[in-house]
Amino acid sequence: MKHIMPPTPFALEISGLVKRFDRPAVDGLDLTVRTGEFYALLGPNGAGKTTTLRMVAGLLRPDAGAIKVAGIDALADPVAAKQIMAWISDEPMIYDKLTPREYLEFVAGLWGIAPALAEERAQELLSWLDLAPHAHERCEGFSKGMRQKVALAGALVHDPRLIILDEPLTGLDAGSARQVKSVLRERVNAGGTIIMTTHILEVAERMADRIGVIAHGKLIAEGTLEELRLQAGRTNGGANDGASLEDTFLALVAEQAQAA
Amino acid sequence: MTLAPGTAVWFARHESRLGWRDWLSMITAGRRERLRRVVIAILVFAVFMHFVAYWMVGRYADAPIDKPMLVTITASILLSWFLMISQAMESMTRAFYSRSDLDLILASPVAAQRLFAVRIATVAISVAMMAIPLAAPFIDILVVRGGLRWMGAYGLIVAMGAAAAALAVGFTVALFRIIGPKRTRLVAQVVAAVIGAAFVIGLQVAAILSYGTISRISVLQSSAALAHAPDLGSIVWWPARAAMGDWLALIGVLAVSFALLVVAIALVSPRFGEYAVAAAGAAASRVSQTGRQSAFKKTSPRRALRRKEWTLLRRDPWLVSQTFMQMLYLIPPAVLLWRSFDDGNGAYNLLVPVLVMAAGQLAGGLAWLAISGEDAPDLVATAPVPASFILRAKVEAVLGVIAVVFAPMVAVLAILSPWHALVASGGIVIATTAATAIQLWFRSQAKRSQFRRRQVSSRVATFTEAFSSIGWAATAAVASVSLVLAIAPALIALLVVAGAWIMSPRMAAA
Repeated sequence: MKHIMPPTPFALEISGLVKRFDRPAVDGLDLTVRTGEFYALLGPNGAGKTTTLRMVAGLLRPDAGAIKVAGIDALADPVAAKQIMAWISDEPMIYDKLTPREYLEFVAGLWGIAPALAEERAQELLSWLDLAPHAHERCEGFSKGMRQKVALAGALVHDPRLIILDEPLTGLDAGSARQVKSVLRERVNAGGTIIMTTHILEVAERMADRIGVIAHGKLIAEGTLEELRLQAGRTNGGANDGASLEDTFLALVAEQAQAA
Repeated sequence: MTLAPGTAVWFARHESRLGWRDWLSMITAGRRERLRRVVIAILVFAVFMHFVAYWMVGRYADAPIDKPMLVTITASILLSWFLMISQAMESMTRAFYSRSDLDLILASPVAAQRLFAVRIATVAISVAMMAIPLAAPFIDILVVRGGLRWMGAYGLIVAMGAAAAALAVGFTVALFRIIGPKRTRLVAQVVAAVIGAAFVIGLQVAAILSYGTISRISVLQSSAALAHAPDLGSIVWWPARAAMGDWLALIGVLAVSFALLVVAIALVSPRFGEYAVAAAGAAASRVSQTGRQSAFKKTSPRRALRRKEWTLLRRDPWLVSQTFMQMLYLIPPAVLLWRSFDDGNGAYNLLVPVLVMAAGQLAGGLAWLAISGEDAPDLVATAPVPASFILRAKVEAVLGVIAVVFAPMVAVLAILSPWHALVASGGIVIATTAATAIQLWFRSQAKRSQFRRRQVSSRVATFTEAFSSIGWAATAAVASVSLVLAIAPALIALLVVAGAWIMSPRMAAA
């Protein structure tokens, strides 16, 4: 994996982001993620996590607000922003009738990567994710874990600076989950930035440099686990010292629910 | 009334509730508030069809039972029955391979064979229920004009449904045993598609080879056909006689059909579970090695998209069979073209609209697959290329397939009659563009596997696409003779396309 030099201090800057469906899904959200950071976005169901990330990836148009990806205005110049990021959802969207290798060739073609470079990266990724023995099999018979690994390989083949993952570990067995986590950690070590939503709080606790908690479309807390404990403890009279992320998260969400 | 769980009646109620809700969802495209409008539309259509039926069959209501009449009715029955068998095979394949509730049922302690018996019977009922609304206007007119004896036709449809389901079950199970569950799904679906079209195409080809015309009636009413037809007392005519009110014949046909269905249920339902488990195993172990390792090719995003569309289409034989169903209907005109090499008759005027119509229909199906049937929409939407660029590449993929399919026929036509080839080319380009544009305006996100139900998502798109193809085919037919006269049908076709544009969701949202 090539080392990625951080070109800007912030991989993602979101300000005043608003999206309404029947009710406000994202309600004036401000969020900043530093380059080279592993950022976990947590929140209860319907908090607005996926909606936020889909707007960043260019899959939804916000009603108001601004999104900058590595300093590029993603709303004014979506093509330039997309060039340096990758999106992976919980339901791996791949083509059943293509092989992993063909899928990676297609993705590399979409991102305009030189064939020789793309092929080298594809082979590296397929080996890394234990997909090499299946490189010439069509994806239609693959398990959920294998499909998710193919999608992950597709996201990495164009060497993105920002990777956005929406519940990437849902439905994966322990072995596949560990592989995915290891690949993500490697990306961050190489200077890449990762933003991930997850309901598996243990994963966020172990992997994330910083954690953001979102509820009712607003960021209600942010920081390292220690900082979150402090924020949650403030309302509990310091009762959260040494608490797990799960306890801290639930305390923060309960506090927000009471305030609302 | 409380039914004992696990009994056949209890399963029948379960199946009928699911079937009813599925049907409602299909006709309303999942929006219950549309139900009233849909019912009104169905009633209006039914009234219209009764007028059409009056015009087509009203004069035959009092016709005597003679050979020409029996030949024509038997051919119509066979045509319908082939379509019913095709539909029943489709349903049976889905019953074996669709997992929906099979895991739940097979894992439960109830006697699953009762459910499977009900499920096979349901196929028979659903096939008959699909045929009845189509046949009803014709039967009703015959009853009104010719008397109650024609009510026998309704009984015949029920018998045809039972026999079609029995044959479909037998054929699918035979395929399971001969070629295994892995290949059965595809083969059964392709065979179902071919059976549906085979009879009508066969008649047309026979008509062309014998009489140089595409009309099926000419074969049925020919002296050769009548001379080879069995005597009036033959058992072959029982279905036709049953339809015409011969109650003895009707009882005979019903008895044979239900006996077939009962035998099929008795033989297959105890082993249905085994087949379903085998089908699941085949799906789980689906490993297709594809090609040898070749180096990544230099490409642009546009070329990558086009190539992806073509590869996906090529590798899904079922989709190919569904999409290219229209191509089967090109066989008769192709035969007509081949004959024209010998005698040079004036059949080109007939060929041109058929080619244009087929191109429009094929383009509509392909455009849906390429534009709406995207299995990785997020991937394509997050690619660093403008959305218009992606759409353009997908449209190019559609046009490429149309060019490959129709170019050879137009080339042959160009040798025979350059003028007709020119008109056909123009018509194919316009019909293809119109069908693709309609699919663009009505695009929605769907899985490619939903292709079979694509008509449900937008009936406006479906009807305007069909009427546009018919309009451009008519324009091409008239243009073959006179360009000036072609202005009128061209304007009508343009109006249809403009109407689609005005009614499209994007225009409505603007």
